[in-house]
Amino acid sequence: MLIELKNVTHVYEHERGTRVLKNVNLEIRENEFIGLIGHTGSGKSTLAQILNGLIKPSEGNVIIDGIDITKEKVNLQRIRQKIGLVFQYPEHQLFEETVYKDIAFGPGNLELDPEDIEIRVREALELVGLNYEEFKNRSPFNLSGGQQRKVAIAGVLAMKPEVLILDEPTAGLDPQGRRQLMGLLETLYKKEGITVILISHRMEEIARLSTRVIVLCEGKVQFDDSPEKVFAEVEAIKKLSLGLPEITEILHCIKERGFDVRTDIFTIDGAVKEIVSKLRRKDIC
Amino acid sequence: MALIEIKGVDFTYNELETPALANINLSIEAGEFIAIIGGNGSGKSTLAKLLNVLLLPGSGKVLVDGMDTADEKYKLKIRQKVGMVFQNPDNQLVAARVEDDIAFGPENLGIPGPEIRKRVDQALELVGMAGFHDYPPHELSGGQKQRIAIAGIIAMEPDCIVLDEPTAMLDPKGRKEVMDTIHFLNKEKGITIIHITHFMEETIGADRIFVMHNGAIYKEGTPEEIFHSISDIKRLGLDVTVVVELAERLKKEGFNLPDVLTISELVDCLC
Repeated sequence: MLIELKNVTHVYEHERGTRVLKNVNLEIRENEFIGLIGHTGSGKSTLAQILNGLIKPSEGNVIIDGIDITKEKVNLQRIRQKIGLVFQYPEHQLFEETVYKDIAFGPGNLELDPEDIEIRVREALELVGLNYEEFKNRSPFNLSGGQQRKVAIAGVLAMKPEVLILDEPTAGLDPQGRRQLMGLLETLYKKEGITVILISHRMEEIARLSTRVIVLCEGKVQFDDSPEKVFAEVEAIKKLSLGLPEITEILHCIKERGFDVRTDIFTIDGAVKEIVSKLRRKDIC
Repeated sequence: MALIEIKGVDFTYNELETPALANINLSIEAGEFIAIIGGNGSGKSTLAKLLNVLLLPGSGKVLVDGMDTADEKYKLKIRQKVGMVFQNPDNQLVAARVEDDIAFGPENLGIPGPEIRKRVDQALELVGMAGFHDYPPHELSGGQKQRIAIAGIIAMEPDCIVLDEPTAMLDPKGRKEVMDTIHFLNKEKGITIIHITHFMEETIGADRIFVMHNGAIYKEGTPEEIFHSISDIKRLGLDVTVVVELAERLKKEGFNLPDVLTISELVDCLC
């Protein structure tokens, strides 16, 4: 097991008023893909920051690889290297003159040889789909928004985290940028074996890759289950200001018309197959 | 005369060589609902900023109700006619109470107190938030904040509202609230809406869609026209909606379907 939250409660003053995270118990294991959803202000971002030691909760324990990081004198730097956090709009935090320097900043604090740092920068850029030679000397400020975001994510990947938490990583990206980013997360999860925790308001993104979906409401864990089980709770999900992936919504509507279609499908491919097999013989229009 | 007319407009940001907009020509009639889509960096936000004088064209003309945005004497009048809502709900509300926030614009116009009070009440009503006068904005959800931002514009009695990705940071319910609100204002109050978005499904109720690419209007048409040239849309790195994509795939499987845009149209045809 990688991360364990035991009875974590956190009360804090937010720019938008007092917020509370209440009695959260979670276990996050190796190589999971977790979708974290909830309405605005439900506590998702706070939970993310507790998971990588950025916020110390008011009560409870956060145990990472057997070490309780809420105790005194824990080396939090090591924890944050293991658990990378990509904030909302991470490109706002780019600051160096070149893409290389920006990505090398984190590894530079790890007492690595310059050659090792270069390897890490190269690998991180390649992972996010940017050519090393083409981009290393460019100023991050003259890149497109989508490219800036990739550079910012590369900076976190260069720390070689075992867990990657991303807070709304696709907000404001165009469809192509979104597809590329989701492709990156799939690679990290499937090929690199990284545990991914994805926070998103886009249910189709959550449903596509998650092996597990955690739903927060008013600072409490409301659901923690497979995407199939969570998105079967149609009424509850809608009550929580959330929704269904659109493809799932379509299948629900068909089912309401009396056709026995499955509704635990999140891809167009899957929906096509299901509709073809169940509605084929009907007269259409 | 069209409400908004853009004639041969170019725009280049100071530090850059490639123009952000190149030879834009378009006109928008009063009462239209326009959606603008396009990749990151295609010029959508630059175009939006030209409409309420946040930017001035490098060459060409932007006319709002016949008034040239480059003419300093029309600046305030145009800003009253064309209001803007931005992406981040937390950056737009300035006052400690909802009511003061909405009154901020009309106060600057020198409108008398009783009239302001009337406008605030009406604006709150129109965005579905009657009774929220005393709320501190920070206690509102993202969707509510965006609706307050819209109410602040309505209190200026505008002809047109330009929204630049107003739903990008909202949860699904907040997105729906904002979309319902702007459609209501368009239908019931005749306010012209220009809605910039990366959510393709938010463009379906629009009268026309402008597709931007590399600083130009690549294509313009009704949602039917735009989304049924799927390969064209995908080539620009954009997407068609889930409904259009699913319908297309089912047609290939031998289903006899007409062109559909909404879930209910699709389900009606299938069932």
